[in-house]
Amino acid sequence: MALVSPSVRSTTQERVREGLTRRDRNVAGLVLQVLLLLAVLITLLILFTLIVRILVPAVPVFRDRGFGFLTGTIGSDPDKVGIWPGLYGSFFIALGIIVIAIPLGVAAAIYLEEYATDTRVNRFVVVNIRNLAGVPAVIYGVLGLTIFVGWLDPITQGKTVIAAALTLAVLVLPIIIITSSEAIRAVPQGLRDAGYGVGASRWEVTRDHVLPYAAPGILTGTVLSLARALGEAAPLILIGAITGLLPSTSLDGSFTALPMTIYSWSSKADVPGSVLGFENVAAAAGVVLLVLVLFFNVIAVTLRTKYERQRTGT
Amino acid sequence: MSWADRTVRGKEHVSAVPSLTIADLQGDRKRRNRETQMRRVFRLASLMSVVISALIVFTLVRGAIDFLRLVPISDLIDGSKVPGWFPRRERFDLPTVLFGSIIMGSIAMLVAVPFGLGTAIFLSEYASPRVRRVLKPVIEVLAGMPSVVVGYFALKFIAPDIVQPLFAPDKVQNMLAAGMGIGILIIPIMASVSEDALSAVPSSLREASYGVGARKSSTVAKIVIPAAVSGIVAAFIIAISRAIGETLVATMAGGLDGSGARATSPLDPGLSITAALTNAAGGTDGVNSGAPYQVLFFLGLFLFALTMILNLVGARFVRRVRQKY
Repeated sequence: MALVSPSVRSTTQERVREGLTRRDRNVAGLVLQVLLLLAVLITLLILFTLIVRILVPAVPVFRDRGFGFLTGTIGSDPDKVGIWPGLYGSFFIALGIIVIAIPLGVAAAIYLEEYATDTRVNRFVVVNIRNLAGVPAVIYGVLGLTIFVGWLDPITQGKTVIAAALTLAVLVLPIIIITSSEAIRAVPQGLRDAGYGVGASRWEVTRDHVLPYAAPGILTGTVLSLARALGEAAPLILIGAITGLLPSTSLDGSFTALPMTIYSWSSKADVPGSVLGFENVAAAAGVVLLVLVLFFNVIAVTLRTKYERQRTGT
Repeated sequence: MSWADRTVRGKEHVSAVPSLTIADLQGDRKRRNRETQMRRVFRLASLMSVVISALIVFTLVRGAIDFLRLVPISDLIDGSKVPGWFPRRERFDLPTVLFGSIIMGSIAMLVAVPFGLGTAIFLSEYASPRVRRVLKPVIEVLAGMPSVVVGYFALKFIAPDIVQPLFAPDKVQNMLAAGMGIGILIIPIMASVSEDALSAVPSSLREASYGVGARKSSTVAKIVIPAAVSGIVAAFIIAISRAIGETLVATMAGGLDGSGARATSPLDPGLSITAALTNAAGGTDGVNSGAPYQVLFFLGLFLFALTMILNLVGARFVRRVRQKY
């Protein structure tokens, strides 16, 4: 106390009081906040516009065609076309992913999280998977064209839905491995230790404790990757999905998929005399694809929140 | 239920054995064999990813070598000799497609950085938990948007209704419209990677800043963002890689035109590396030999190398954030 003279103390006090009570506007802070809010609002506006701009041209298609649009085939008259071949192709692509990519991806994730030790090979595998996840989708198209259409022609019969399913299964495999690994890593170590403590083997602990606990997380990741694969068109263009006429759907013949129909219809010129334009049917196919993708996304997010709540007990 | 049964059974088994030997603890042979089998299956599954990578590199390199046998590398970069990108006339001017990718990628970044980063900062620093709970799923919807749908949007809305009235380009399809579409597609990746970095900044740093009397805005601008800068750089690099690899929007709205040799104006129609890839594949119905087909592999390898370098650099920056906090 004695060290500070009364006059100095009073000026410090005044200064602090002034600093605390001064009504100055924080212009820079306000500007920053407004800019950030603007960025968010414009992003939301873009999303909103996107959805509206695809819904509005689609309305007349659903009104005029109804279910006919879902069961019709692709062709050159926008009044008669439908997305049946697209749905057929996308269904088998989804099936291929469920049958091939998900078991393979989950198995790889189990190895990396439960079995692998920190060796150079395993580290390389992890880095490699991360790299694969960043490879552009078109590159998988080049791969599919060479391997699944070319080399494996006796099995896939060339440019068929089987080749497409295999290509997209390879495309989503790294994503499935990464998300499943994360889910498995989140399993508390105590659960494993308890299992080992009563004499269970590694596979028994994995099967009976780790996988059931990690299942919702794995499911969320796989559902999201399924949604991603359903919307992917770039590799399909490369491996030769049909954009023109497709008289019949089969496993061993020419194929197309839902995103491919949107792609090809988007750039087709309107046919004179037709009520609906290709712009409308492309938008309508886009709505169907969006509904499918969003449906999967909603399932994934609901699953995640449901199990997170269950686990934290709230 | 099943695991509970099993545990009980395990206990009985142990109590039934009067004195334990090493052989007892090893379990029966069937169990051990199953264990080795499963281990082998899982290991094989994990090695599949290495096989896939090897196959990608192998097919691309082999095809690219075949292509370079047909078209000498000097023809690919000598613009005076072969201006423009016309696969059918066997004109492959690499800078034409590279410029296309760079221009569309740059426009995409001009869209994605302010909106993506702004959304990230808002979400991590300003949004209340309630706002965040609503906003994050909405951004995830945008992240799950199929690129073909955004391609339609770029072709049917951005090009005619935004770019046309504002800049009056010669052609409806141009690199600006495509670039903006790609930008929309990469906003979510920009937002999520940088939000991860911002959220990783420990709150003690923010509290220390408030403790010395700094305002929220100064704390965000001078403490949080600099602390998260390597993560933001990572987001930037990963977003560039995505923008260059994005195919559908560039193909649908970019004009698919390689004639504007080394076009530098965003208002011109152009051809990106990815669009040249789809164009080559779609335009060679039934043709699967010769330079117009082999160029697929050369371009694929070029794109693969480009995005891989970007991804590796991006991953290094992400790791730096993890190590710090």
